[in-house]
Amino acid sequence: MSNLTPDDRPDKSKIEPQPRGARHKGSKPVDQAEAAERFLAAPRHQKQHDNRLWTLRQRRDDQMWSMPEWEQMRTLASEIKEHTLSHLDTYLEMFETNAKANGVVVHWAKDAAEHNRIVLGVLERRGAKTLIKSKSMLTEECGLRTDLGKAGVKVTETDLGERIQQLDGEDPSHVVVPAVHKLRTDVAKVFAATIGSDPDDDDPAHLAAAQRDATRPLILNADAGMTGANFLVAETGAVVVCTNEGNADLCANIPDLHIVSVGIEKLIPRSEDLAVFVRMLSRSALGSPITQYTSHFRGPRQGGEMHVVLVDNGRSERLGMEEFWTSLKCIRCGACMNTCPVYRRSGGLSYGATYSGPIGLIIDPTFNARKYSNLPFASTLNGSCTNVCPVKINIHEQIYAWRKVLVRKHETPFVKRAAMKAAGAVLARPAIYRATVERTNEALASLPRFAIYNGLNAWGKSREMPHASAETFHQWYIKNRGGKR
Amino acid sequence: MSSRDAILASIRSNLPKLDRPLPAVPKFADDPPANLVEAFGKTLTHMGGRMVTPDPAGDIRACIRGLLEHSQLVCSATPEIGGELDLAAVADPRALADVDHAVVRASCGVAETGSVLLTDQDLQVNALAYLAQHLIVLLDPADIVVNIHSAYARPEFRERRYAVFHSGPSATADIEGVLILGAQGVRSLSVLLVPRNSAELDQAQSGRPVQGLV
Repeated sequence: MSNLTPDDRPDKSKIEPQPRGARHKGSKPVDQAEAAERFLAAPRHQKQHDNRLWTLRQRRDDQMWSMPEWEQMRTLASEIKEHTLSHLDTYLEMFETNAKANGVVVHWAKDAAEHNRIVLGVLERRGAKTLIKSKSMLTEECGLRTDLGKAGVKVTETDLGERIQQLDGEDPSHVVVPAVHKLRTDVAKVFAATIGSDPDDDDPAHLAAAQRDATRPLILNADAGMTGANFLVAETGAVVVCTNEGNADLCANIPDLHIVSVGIEKLIPRSEDLAVFVRMLSRSALGSPITQYTSHFRGPRQGGEMHVVLVDNGRSERLGMEEFWTSLKCIRCGACMNTCPVYRRSGGLSYGATYSGPIGLIIDPTFNARKYSNLPFASTLNGSCTNVCPVKINIHEQIYAWRKVLVRKHETPFVKRAAMKAAGAVLARPAIYRATVERTNEALASLPRFAIYNGLNAWGKSREMPHASAETFHQWYIKNRGGKR
Repeated sequence: MSSRDAILASIRSNLPKLDRPLPAVPKFADDPPANLVEAFGKTLTHMGGRMVTPDPAGDIRACIRGLLEHSQLVCSATPEIGGELDLAAVADPRALADVDHAVVRASCGVAETGSVLLTDQDLQVNALAYLAQHLIVLLDPADIVVNIHSAYARPEFRERRYAVFHSGPSATADIEGVLILGAQGVRSLSVLLVPRNSAELDQAQSGRPVQGLV
């Protein structure tokens, strides 16, 4: 399939190795900053990643400007989610009743282990040994592939990005574009080693074609199919799945068995509510008016079986967290990641968690406050995440609230606590504060680079410090307002 | 206690104390595009699909013949067009693995998103719309609705077991953002504007080989 002339072949000496994600040490805190530094040290990866995600953000903005009711839609989306979450028991029961009436088998899983046991049980009853899957963050959260693998079930991811990550033994780095941190040269290397494509051919079209050809027989011969779900509609019992590749429809419509894994927070009441989210999801995620495929599964095909596993795994508990429950409104569009300056420059794998970026900072600590205690500090608190969120989650405020919770729980390192204590002392005394600001501005203007850009100043890493203004606001105020108080 | 009851009990003890009524969702259709067909075609093209408008005075079959010129195996779920593979006889969706072109009729189109709505009834075998290399969708211009809000008011979402919006062909941009059509499903989507019960096409019969028809 490769017809490259010698000139087309990539110069191997110029290939930049892919920086890998955060290092896991059991339940010890993930060092996001350490992994981010390694990502920043790979300039081609960093630049491609930053540009690609910023392009998505800009396309999202184009969609926003072309839709006069955008802000009204965000309010509606937020209100529908808040209403549903505050009546979640009622809507879950309504969904269950309607799905059962449509011939769907409904299961309930308290946690990841129970979810994986249920899925394995359904597969074993049908003697299913091969499973084709569409992308699902929930199955990542539950570690499903690992458990099924141990039980001898061969799982094939069918989303291109997710398949790349599966073949490379890496987690997805982004909820919508799982391999966005990889360059084409990385993909060529993975595919050459796993599906036997030409290692010297890194043309994305050829790589995608090689994957299509390699996956198609696996799809045609699979015993069972699995999808996640973007939404569950209580009044119709519909499972709604959005993809661009049509791979969820292949997984659900070829094998006789379709299993759906879905978090309990994905409920919405009515079809008319669904319209709000379908209009917002892809516009926020990729800046396209809709995903190529928006599929509504209400029941099994003739002669087939359909199972829905409703998963809690900490969600009901999160519902009771006064400051954090609205994170359950999230529709996993990834807009907060695409806009986040920290995420764009550090890569999703630096977070060392299933959910990365701003939304990850406020969800991950609910799973393990110690392991993810550093994450809420991987933010500038600029609030851009909150501004782009289609369901109006106050993400940056929750990031700040998590910092307070973690400091109270002593889940922050000594250096950070000492620095905060010093900052607190300065901020509490106006005279000292003013003197400090004046000296800092003078220092920024006159200090040699090595004194500003060093290991002690995290704000000077991989970015230029902004120009300090000639006078402080206080000096300007005294001069222009004559010291009137 | 069953897991179901445990989860529901946990939810009930944690429900946010919030009085948030379910809002009414407007239709946002007060200012529709002047020409729905044109708006539909524009978005469909943007999504990577193709709109084909046969000359109403001309030969619609000739137009379809053009699309199927290089096809080895055509499979049709429409009474208007014949094919070599009889869908009614397909017991296993895998039998459709070698189809080059599938021809189906959409329940409706959506101008806002350039989508066509296909149901299990329209497709007969759902996999047809994904295993075929190319998909040709017949759409009556009178079936185009303004936006997604209007589309969800349709009965298909309460009545059909399977309903799907197709908005362009299968696509991916997972490698460095380079757009590739034909990721896992169909490589192309062509929407043909053909009214339902078109008098001319009515004469054609179901199941006739396409070569015979054209």
